[in-house]
Amino acid sequence: MKILVTVKRVTDYERKVKIKPDGSGFETEGMNFVPNPFDEIAVEEALRLTKEHGGDVVVVSIGPNDATQQIRQALAMGAQRGILVQAGELDSDAVARVLQKLVEKENPDLVLMGKQATDDDANQAGQLLAGYLGWPQATFASKTEGLESAEEKAQKPGVKVADGWASVAREADGGIETIKVQLPAVITTDLRLNHPRFASLPGIMKAKKKPIEEIPVASLGVDITPKVRVLKYEEPPARLAGVKVADVDELVNKLKNEAKVI
Amino acid sequence: MPGEGVPKELDGDELSEIRLAVRRFVRERLIPHEAQVEDEDEVPEALVEEMKALGLFGLSIPESYGGLGLGLEEQVGVYEELGYTSPAFRSVFGTNVGIGSLGILLDGTESQRQAYLPRLATGELVGSFALTEPDVGSDAAAVRTRAREDGDSYVLDGTKRYITNAARAGVFTVMARTGSPASRGDGVTAFAVDAHLPGIEIGAPERKMGQRGAKVCDVIFDGVRVPKSSIIGGVPGQGFKTAMKTLDVGRLHVAALCVGAMQRALDEAARFAQTREQFGRPIAEFQLIQAMLADSSTELLAAKTMVRATAARFDRGKAPSADASRCKLFATEALGRVADRAVQIHGGAGYIADYAVERIYRDARLFRLYEGTSQIQQLIIARDVLSPG
Ligand SMILES: Cc1cc2nc3c(=O)[nH]c(=O)nc-3n(C[C@H](O)[C@H](O)[C@H](O)COP(=O)(O)OP(=O)(O)OC[C@H]3O[C@@H](n4cnc5c(N)ncnc54)[C@H](O)[C@@H]3O)c2cc1C
Repeated sequence: MKILVTVKRVTDYERKVKIKPDGSGFETEGMNFVPNPFDEIAVEEALRLTKEHGGDVVVVSIGPNDATQQIRQALAMGAQRGILVQAGELDSDAVARVLQKLVEKENPDLVLMGKQATDDDANQAGQLLAGYLGWPQATFASKTEGLESAEEKAQKPGVKVADGWASVAREADGGIETIKVQLPAVITTDLRLNHPRFASLPGIMKAKKKPIEEIPVASLGVDITPKVRVLKYEEPPARLAGVKVADVDELVNKLKNEAKVI
Repeated sequence: MPGEGVPKELDGDELSEIRLAVRRFVRERLIPHEAQVEDEDEVPEALVEEMKALGLFGLSIPESYGGLGLGLEEQVGVYEELGYTSPAFRSVFGTNVGIGSLGILLDGTESQRQAYLPRLATGELVGSFALTEPDVGSDAAAVRTRAREDGDSYVLDGTKRYITNAARAGVFTVMARTGSPASRGDGVTAFAVDAHLPGIEIGAPERKMGQRGAKVCDVIFDGVRVPKSSIIGGVPGQGFKTAMKTLDVGRLHVAALCVGAMQRALDEAARFAQTREQFGRPIAEFQLIQAMLADSSTELLAAKTMVRATAARFDRGKAPSADASRCKLFATEALGRVADRAVQIHGGAGYIADYAVERIYRDARLFRLYEGTSQIQQLIIARDVLSPG
C-alpha cells in the first residue's frame, strides 16, 4: 500500500514565539522549527501500516526550502522518499489544492495528515483535500486502546486496514466513535493515536541519501491566491498577579462575590 | 541543508542532525529517569533497549562494521549532549564506543574486527576494558596479570579491579604480562577475551560515591585458556601501546562529557539563582552569585572550545596525544569547580538529593580519577613540554 503523508514545518511549540511589533507576523530570528507534532504521528502511523501491509511512505511538505529538514526527519524515521513543494505561506484551501494535484500524480491508497498544524491550528486542510478529491475522510484518528497498551508497545497501527477499507477510532466529545472508510481515503491523526518513534542515528545517516523531489508550486498550475487573509497577530493579555488568601472562608467568599464562579 | 532554522548554540555553532537527535533523546527520555537511576542504582533495561535502537552503541565504530563511523569531532559533540544527564546512561554503552572497542578497532586483526565490532555496534555484545589491578593503577606498565604461553594458547591468571561494565561484558580487552616483570610495557600484551570462558569470575559491584547506575567490578582470571588468535593484532608485546592509544581517545570522550556536565550544572545554577529569593530579591541579582556564574560559564567555554578543536585536529591526524591529556586535565578539573559553585549557589538545597547539582557534584569527582588521574595527565603533558622537538 502506498501512503502519502504530509509534514509541515512549524515553529517549535516549546519556545515562545515573538510577534513583530506591527502585528504582521512572527520574528523568525532565533526561532527553532520542527515537524508539526500531529504530522509526526501521521508518519509513525504510516510506517506501522506499511510494516504490516507492505508498501511505501512518501512524505510531502509544502513550504520554504528549509522544510527539507522536516522531510529528512521523516525519512530518518523510515519513510522512503520525499517531495518538497516550494512555496511561501499558503492558506488551508491552497494547501488542499496543491495536495490534490500531488495525489493525482502519486495515486496513493491513503493520505495521512495531522489533524491540524500546531502553528495556526486551522484544522481544515485534510477535510478540504478529501472534499476536492471526492474521497471519504476520517478525522481525529485515535486508538481504542490507550497509549500505554501492549498494542502500542508492540507498535501496532491504530488504523486497521482490511479488504480495501480502513477502520478508524475517532476521538469525539466524551467517547470514541469507530467508523469504516473505503480506500482511497484521507485520514487525519489526533494526539492519542501513537507515540512517534525517535529517528535512529543510522536512520539519520541513511536519510541523507534518500531522494527528495523539489517541485516549484508555480509548476503545478494550482490557483493559490489566498482566500483567507490574516489581519493581525496579538499577544494574549498579560495575566494579572495572583492573590494569597488567608483561609478557605476568604477563598469561597472571593469565588462567590468577586469571581462570581460559584 | 543547514538553514537559518537550525538551532544555534550560544557560540553560533550549528548542531548536526545526529547531535540534535541525541539531544532530544537525552532531554525527553533520559533526564526524566535520572532520579529513578539514582534510587535503583540501575539503568532500566527498557531504556538500554531504547539506546540500542537509537544506535548509540555504534557511534564510533566504522560503517563497514555496522556502526555510524562518526569522526572524533562529531563524537565529542554527541558526548557533550550525553554529559548533560547522569553519566550512568553513557556508561551503559560508553565502553562499547570507547575503551572497550578501541583496542580491537585500532590494533585488531581483520578477523578480530569482524568477530566483535558488528556485535559491539548494535549493543548485542558489551565490550569492557581491563587494565587496572589491585596493585597496578597509575603505573599501568607494571601489569601483573600473567599470560603464560602453552602450546596454541595462553593461560591467564590475575585480578583486574574497578572494571566498568564487567558484569554485562561479552568481551574484555585484557592487558596481561607475556614478558618478564622487568620488561615493563614491552612485556604487556592485549587480549580480546570472551567473557564466558571457564575460569573467569566477576566480583560483586563496588559501592561508589556517585555515578550510581554505572557498575564496576573485579574480574578474576583463574587459569583462563585463550587461543593465541585472541592477541589483539596478533603480535605479543604491543598491549601497552594499544592501551595508551585507546586511552587517548577515551580521554577526549571524558573531557567532552565534562563539558556537557558543566553546561548542566551551570543551567541548574542559573535557573535556581533566578527563582530563589533572599533579602527580597532573586539571588541572581547579587554580584557575588553573578561572579560564580560568570566564572563557570567562562570555564565552560574554554573547555568546550579546546575539546572541539583538539578532536578536529585528531581527526586530521594533527594532534599530539598529550593534547588529549590537556583536554582531560582541564575539563575534569574545571567541572569540579563548576559543580562546586553550582552547589554553593543552591545553598543548603545543593546538599539535598532532590536537586540535580547534588548528584552532579558527586558524579563529577570520578572524572579526575579514571582513565588517568589528573597527576598522570600532568606527567604526560610535562613530558611533552620537556621533550625535544
Ligand atoms: C568508577 C571507576 C571505573 C573505572 N573503570 C575502569 C575500567 O573500566 N578499566 C580499567 O582498567 N580501570 C578502571 N578504573 C581504574 C582507574 O583507571 C584507576 O583507578 C586510576 O587509573 C587510578 O589508579 P589507582 O586507583 O590505582 O590510583 P593510584 O595509581 O594508586 O594513585 C593514587 C594517587 O597517587 C597519585 N600518583 C600515582 N602515581 C603518581 C606519580 N608518578 N606522580 C604523581 N602522583 C602519582 C595519583 O594521581 C593518585 O592521586 C576505574 C576506576 C573507577 C573508580
